Amino acid sequence: MTLDVLSAILLIPAVSAAVLAVLPGYRLAAQLNAAAALATFLTSVSLFVVEPVSGQYLLVDDLNKVFIVLTTFVGFTTSVFSASYIHHEIEIGRLTPAFLRFYHAMYQVLMFAMNLALVANNIGLMWVAVEVATLTTVLMVGIYRTHEALEAAWKYFILGSVGIALALFGTILVYMAARPVVGEGLDGMVWTVLIRNAAAFDPALLNVAFVFLLLGYGTKVGLAPLHAWLPDAHAEGPTPISAVLSGLLLNVALYALLRFKMMLAANLGAIAPGPLMVTMGLISVIFASLMLYRRRDIKRMFAYSSIEHMGIIVFAFGMGGPLANFAGLLHMTMHSLTKSAIFFAVGHIAQVKGTQKIADIGGLTVTNPVLGWGLMLGVVAIVGLPPLGIFMSEFLVVSSTFARAPWLTVILVLGIIIALGGLLLRVGVVMFGEPKGPTAPAEASYVPMFTHLALVAMAGIYLPPVLVTGFQNVARLLG
Amino acid sequence: MSSLQFDIAHLLAGSLVLASFVMLYQDRLYSLLNVYALHASVLALSVAWQAYVQKAPHLYVTASIALIFKAIIIPVALHRIIARLGIHRELEKVIGVGMTMMAGIALVALSMVVMLRVTPGADALAREDLAFALSVVLLGLLVMVTRRNAVSQVVGFMSLENGLVLAATGAKGMPLVVEISVAFSVLIAFIVIGIFLFRIRERFDSVDVQALDRFRGERR
Repeated sequence: MTLDVLSAILLIPAVSAAVLAVLPGYRLAAQLNAAAALATFLTSVSLFVVEPVSGQYLLVDDLNKVFIVLTTFVGFTTSVFSASYIHHEIEIGRLTPAFLRFYHAMYQVLMFAMNLALVANNIGLMWVAVEVATLTTVLMVGIYRTHEALEAAWKYFILGSVGIALALFGTILVYMAARPVVGEGLDGMVWTVLIRNAAAFDPALLNVAFVFLLLGYGTKVGLAPLHAWLPDAHAEGPTPISAVLSGLLLNVALYALLRFKMMLAANLGAIAPGPLMVTMGLISVIFASLMLYRRRDIKRMFAYSSIEHMGIIVFAFGMGGPLANFAGLLHMTMHSLTKSAIFFAVGHIAQVKGTQKIADIGGLTVTNPVLGWGLMLGVVAIVGLPPLGIFMSEFLVVSSTFARAPWLTVILVLGIIIALGGLLLRVGVVMFGEPKGPTAPAEASYVPMFTHLALVAMAGIYLPPVLVTGFQNVARLLG
Repeated sequence: MSSLQFDIAHLLAGSLVLASFVMLYQDRLYSLLNVYALHASVLALSVAWQAYVQKAPHLYVTASIALIFKAIIIPVALHRIIARLGIHRELEKVIGVGMTMMAGIALVALSMVVMLRVTPGADALAREDLAFALSVVLLGLLVMVTRRNAVSQVVGFMSLENGLVLAATGAKGMPLVVEISVAFSVLIAFIVIGIFLFRIRERFDSVDVQALDRFRGERR
């Protein structure tokens, strides 16, 4: 029974991808896309009810349950947003029905690949899944076929490929470290076997492996200085893809990194992975928040904000310990929800105004009040103002690490404050300045955006005890 | 394992590093492609030898992928694309040949020091294979960063990937090697198709990546 649930999570997107690839009529395809995403989400929720059993290839534990449910949920809401988004794109002729068929099929392939990466119990399989996810997003980023879109896709392609190539080298090294202990063959790549025997692995080999894995998967997480692909890919692709990239794909790469971090932590002789992650996290936070000040493109600006938040999350996980891990998990969840909500708003705004340039957008709260205030709420959440969820999680990150590393935490807080200034400065103009550009009302679907924002707002005030205990279990697991 | 078997494996892996070096100083796209075809053929030989030594028949699949797909199909396809795009001129390099070669030597020395030091426990063949593989990976990266031309960057990436296949086959009994090499071939096919379909030549007027840098999304 449990295996059925697991395979359903993979089969639903795979089958719908095949169907969507041949289905004519984009309206029906968009509905089917959303329906399939909803079905995947509901199936993933049932993981909490049925007790899952892990096999040689697939695995469910407390850690990936959180990631799977988050991924399928945001995947579903984004597909709802996507339906109204592409309707407009068809009307203005930016996309043709043939491209849309491709787009919908790729959306489900991406969902499949991300779910596979999350449930894989085999580090080789996980690597293949991350590669497939990268390829599909590359294709989607380039879908508009403009000069800029192709260039962004190419850059993402080359940097992403180098990243996953390095990750594969790290994976091979992990196998080399495991082979003398667990023997040759499939066992040497099964994660549950690896973590059980990690204490006996050769620490030196594990260290080198982790460096490659950190650089490899870190490229996909978007950590500075490996982030160069991220702003272009976010800015030039269709907005639903920006939302999925920021909200989900970065998390999937982070998940891969966390798995290997756990393996290193289980080996006493290996270097502590924490300081490496803390350093990269802090560099990302500071770098990205400074970069926010010079942005002229609104999607690109929020892409830099994603780098900043991934930096905070990696910092929290790098510090480790139950409390910091808890804070990191919460922050990751809140960031996924908030950032995709922001991209939902930005997508519709860019459609109404016909531009992504901040200078050409103004007075949104007057011309399109619902969208404008929605985005404003999202930005207030993302910069970490109370009482919303991100304030809560950032506060937890800071308070849980301050006692252990006061100076590092001061740097982190500085980064957060710089980012707050940058974002509010830019968004203030967009919101309250002179109204500019077309003022036609948006044909938007507000439900996904406000659902996310409501969840974030609620998390700031009240976290359900079920969620808290769930996260606490995961945090303990992460060590 | 007899010492002759070991020596042959060693020779083939070493030749792969040598081929990477030859790649470093090519200044024409066509000759770069020819060296890449040589690189892939050496890889195919090396993998086939590993398959024979380790008595692992599935590795012959990887070897034939390397020979048919990487050493023949991809270079031929790229030849045609280059001819059609009309870009077979001299390659612009970021730094001179001398400096590139010095950097290459330093990278090989680095990978020897790192890999041989961290793997005293592994058997000799796997150790040296890993050290050579890391050299090939790093040299591939060097090719990528010292070239401004998109096609030659792709060739650099493909040589990097050959290094990974060498590492994967050298790790005795590693599962999923065939699957991974297939996944990589798909990736490379995508890249090559991408060059052609995205018509980088037409869109960017040049496959010089410097031209791509013009765009940062921040134009006024």
